[in-house]
Amino acid sequence: MIRFKGHRAIKDEQRLFENRAWVGFVVIALCILALLGRYVWLQIFAFDSFSTRSQNNSVAVTPVVPNRGIIYDRRGRVIAENLPAYRLEIVPEKVPGKQQGLEVLLDELSSLIVLDEHDLAAFHKSRRNYRVFDSVPLKFNLSEQEVARFSVDRHRFHGVDVVPYLSRHYPYGELLTHVLGYTGRLDADDISRVDEGNYRGTRTIGKIGIEKFQEKALHGTSGFERVETNVRGRVLQVLERQDAVPGTDLVLSIDVAVQQAAWDALGDRPGSVVAIDPVDGSVIALVSKPGYDPNAFVGGISQKAYSEILSAPGRPLFNRALNGGYEPGSTLKPFVGLAGLELGVVTPETRVFSNGKFYIEGYDRPYRDWKDMGHGWVDIRSALEQSVNTYFYQLSMDLGIDRMHDYLAQFGFGSATGIDVPGEGKGLLPSREWKRATLNEPWYPGETVIAGIGQGFNVVTPLQLATAVAALVNGGTLFSPRLLYASKPAGVERAKRIRAPSELQIPIRDPQNWQTILDGMDLVVNGSRGTARKVAVDAHFRTGGKTGTAQVYQLAAGNKGNQDEVAEHLRDHAWFIAFAPVDAPRIAIAVVVEHGGGGSTAAAPVARATLDVWLDQELERELRP
Amino acid sequence: MKRWLPVWVGAPRLDWVLLILLLLIMGFGLTALYSASGQDMAMVNRQAMRLGFGLVMMLIISQAPPRVLRAWTPWLYGLGVAMLFATLVLGVGRNTQRWLDLGVLRFQPSELMKLAVPMMVAWYLHSRVLPPSLKSTAVAFGILLVPTLLIYRQPDLGTALLVAASGMFTLYLAGLHWRVLFGFAGLATAAAPVLWLVMKEYQRDRVRTFLNPEADPLGHGWNIIQSKIAVGSGGLSGKGWLNGTQSNLEFIPERHTDFILAVISEEFGLIGVSLLMLTYLLVIGRGLYIASIARDTGSRLLAGALSLTLFVYVLVNGGMVSGVLPVVGVPLPLISYGGTSAVTLLAGFGMMMSIYGHRKFISQ
Repeated sequence: MIRFKGHRAIKDEQRLFENRAWVGFVVIALCILALLGRYVWLQIFAFDSFSTRSQNNSVAVTPVVPNRGIIYDRRGRVIAENLPAYRLEIVPEKVPGKQQGLEVLLDELSSLIVLDEHDLAAFHKSRRNYRVFDSVPLKFNLSEQEVARFSVDRHRFHGVDVVPYLSRHYPYGELLTHVLGYTGRLDADDISRVDEGNYRGTRTIGKIGIEKFQEKALHGTSGFERVETNVRGRVLQVLERQDAVPGTDLVLSIDVAVQQAAWDALGDRPGSVVAIDPVDGSVIALVSKPGYDPNAFVGGISQKAYSEILSAPGRPLFNRALNGGYEPGSTLKPFVGLAGLELGVVTPETRVFSNGKFYIEGYDRPYRDWKDMGHGWVDIRSALEQSVNTYFYQLSMDLGIDRMHDYLAQFGFGSATGIDVPGEGKGLLPSREWKRATLNEPWYPGETVIAGIGQGFNVVTPLQLATAVAALVNGGTLFSPRLLYASKPAGVERAKRIRAPSELQIPIRDPQNWQTILDGMDLVVNGSRGTARKVAVDAHFRTGGKTGTAQVYQLAAGNKGNQDEVAEHLRDHAWFIAFAPVDAPRIAIAVVVEHGGGGSTAAAPVARATLDVWLDQELERELRP
Repeated sequence: MKRWLPVWVGAPRLDWVLLILLLLIMGFGLTALYSASGQDMAMVNRQAMRLGFGLVMMLIISQAPPRVLRAWTPWLYGLGVAMLFATLVLGVGRNTQRWLDLGVLRFQPSELMKLAVPMMVAWYLHSRVLPPSLKSTAVAFGILLVPTLLIYRQPDLGTALLVAASGMFTLYLAGLHWRVLFGFAGLATAAAPVLWLVMKEYQRDRVRTFLNPEADPLGHGWNIIQSKIAVGSGGLSGKGWLNGTQSNLEFIPERHTDFILAVISEEFGLIGVSLLMLTYLLVIGRGLYIASIARDTGSRLLAGALSLTLFVYVLVNGGMVSGVLPVVGVPLPLISYGGTSAVTLLAGFGMMMSIYGHRKFISQ
C-alpha cells in the first residue's frame, strides 16, 4: 500500500504536517508568552513585595538562650547548676545526599562519637519539631575526647557542628533526685506545652520534680539577635539584640545536711523520710530511697543504662515520699484519739480495760493487742504510750466510720497535700461511700475496728503523714507543704521569701484535747513504758512521736510471729512519726522503712538522726549573737 | 580505507544553527550552575563532562542516516519496555524504582523512553496513510500508553508526562483529527478525579501544596514560596551573577537541579529569563523547520515531536518554579544539574541533525 502512495498524497501529508507544525508553534509561542507573563507579574508588579521578603531572608533572627536558674538549698548550697559543655548538632538540609546522605553521615559519625540507638531515635524524633534548615541536637555532653576527635575530622561532615552550651548538673546526685528531678531533651510533647517562641533555642526542659514544676521560672525568657548576613550567610552586623532574661534562681527549703542525715540513717533499706517545719509548712527533707543519678538523664540516657535503673532492686525511679502508699498502722492513733476527744466521744480521763482481745458484740472474731495478756486499764495518754489497740478498737466503734472519716479528712488524709512538685499520690481514707462506690459492698463493723488502728483500707504517703503531724503539733494549721523557700529573679539583689499559699485551720473545740494527744506522744518517747524509749537516749531535745507497723503479710491468727523469722520481703514496714522540741515544735517528721519490721527498732533511729542534725543546727543559729 | 566502516560515515553533517543555539543554552546553564552550586567548580566540571559526553553522542547519532535509526527503533523500544518491567521487579533506589543497576552504570530506562516512544510511534506511522485511520491511532496510542503506565507506576509523574506528551505530539503532527484530540483532552479532564484516587500520598501533597502553598509554609509549601521570592526579587535585570541572596543563603531547595530557573530568575532578572525562553523557542522553531524539510514521513514526525516535547520541559519547569504548576520532577533542559536528561536530550538533537543532514533538497 505504501509503495503505491500517490504523489499527491505525499504532498497532502506535507501540507498537513506544516499546518500542524505552525499551529503547534504558535500555541507554544503563546504558552511561553503566558509563562513569561507570570514572570513579568512576579518580577515587575510584585517585585517590591518579593524584594522585601528576600531582604528579610538575608536578615537572620537567632534566638539567645537564657541561662537556667540556679537552685540552692535552704542554707545556700548549690544543688542544681549549669556547667559548660559541648553538644553535637546537625542541620539536616546542609547534609549532602538528603535522607540517604544523612544515614551515611550518622554512620560515619558513630565511629568518632558514641551514638547508641537512643541517641539516634531521639534525634529522628526531635527532627520533626524543627525546620529543615534548623540545627537539631544529636548528642549532648560530649566528652573532651569526642570533641577533639570530631574537630580533627570536621571537614568530612558538612552540616554537623559542635555547639558550646551550659549543661545542667546536680552536684548531690541521687540524694536530691526525688526532689529536683532533672532536665532532659525537649521533645514534641514538651513543645506542645510551652510557648514555642520562647523555646526556639532551648534544647532541654525540666522533665520531673522541681525542674518540671518550676520550669517557667527556671527557664527565663529567650532573647534574640537580628543579624544581617551577606550572600554567603556570614554575619555582617548585628542589627538588633535583645538579651535573654536568665531564669529565676530558686532556694528550696530542703536542708542538704538534714537530707543527707536521713539518707544515711536509712542505710541500704528502701524507705522514705519527710520532714516539715510545722511553723511554715516548708519541707526540710524529702528522701526516697533508693535514688538514682539524675546527671545520667540530662544528656539523654542510653537504653542500657535506663533499663539497668528500671530493673535495679528497690525500684529507684519510684518516688516513695510523694507516691508511696503505705498502711499507716498505729501512726494513725494520735489522730483517731484526737477525733474521739474533740467529738466528745471520750475525755482525757476515759479508761478502757485491755485484756489482749477485743470482741465486737455478736461476733466471734477476736481483735488483738500486741501484748498477749493485754495492758490493763489505760486512758488515752497511756494508750498512745503503749500503743494499746483495744482502746482504739473501742473508740472507733464508738466514733463510727463516718465521723472518723470526716474528722481525719481535715488532716489531709485521702487527698493530695498540694505540695509544689508534681506526681504526689492521694492515699486512701476509707468511708462508707467510698466502699460502696468502688467495691460496691456495704461497710462492715470489723472494718471500723481495724480502721481505728490504721489498718484495713487506709493508705497514706510519707508526705501526707508528715503534713498531718505538722498540723497536729502546730495548733491545727494544715499547710500545703512547700519546697520553694525563696526566689531570686534575674536582676533582683536579694532572694524573696515565698510563703505557703494555702493553709487551712482545723477547728479546735478545746486546746486541752490537742495537748493531751501531744502528751501521749511525748510518753511514747519519754514515758517509762513508751514504745520508742530509745529515741530519748542522750537526746539534746525532748521529742514526741508514735511508732507504727504497716502489715505486708497477714500472719495466721494467734501467731504474732517473730519478724526476724519472716522472709525479708514479707516483713512489715516500719513507721515512726515524731516532732521536736515537744514544747515548741520546729520539725515534724514521718519515716517509713520498708520491710524494716518494728517501728521502734527500724524507723525511730532514722527519725532521731534526722531531728538531731536539724535541731542542733537551729539551736546554734539561735545562740548566735 | 573506510571500507570496514559503514558507508554512511563521511564528512560530519551538522546543523550549525541548532548547534550554536544548544551551545548557548549549555554555556548559560554552566554559568548559572556555578552560582547555584555555591561556586562549586567541581560540580560545574562534572556537569560539563556530562554535556561533553552528550555532545559526542549527538555527533555520532547525527551521522547515522534516518533509515538506520528507524531500523533500530523497534529494538530500542522493545528493549526499553523490557527494562521498564525489569526496573519494576528489581529496581534499586529507596522508595522509587526508577534506577536500573547495570553493574557499570545506573541509569533510568524511563529516560530512554523519552526518545523511544516518539521514535516508535513515528516508525509505526511512517508506513501508514496519514491522517491515521482509527486502527492506526489505536495502535499508536497503545505504543505510548504501555511505557507511560509503567513509568507512572515507578512512580515518576514528571517523566510519564513527558513520555506521553512525546507520543501524543507525534500523533498530533501525523494529523490526528482535531475531534479525537479534543476527545482525549476531554477524557483527560474527566479522568483527573480518578487520577487523584490512584495517586501516591506524596504526589497528592504536591498538588495540595501547589493549590495553597501558604498553608504549610515551613513544610511542603516552603519550596514554592522561597522559589517565588527568589524569582520576584530578581526584578527586571536581576541581582547579578553570584549575588542571588535567596540562592546563596540556601533558601531554595534543589536549587541546582529542578529549581535552577529560580536562581537564574533571581540573578539575571526578567531579561535573563526572557532571553532564555526566546532561545528555547528558537530551538523549537528550528526543530520544526528541520521537520518540515525532512525527507520522509517518519523523520518528519520524529523531528517535530522531539521539538514539541522540549516545549513541555520548558513550560512545566518554568511553571513549577514560578508557582503556577505543581512541583513535578521535570528538569530545565540542558541547564539543570544531572546527566541522564541532558544526554537523552542531546541524543534527540543528534537525530534531528541526522534528519537535517539527509533533508530533501540535498543530494547524497
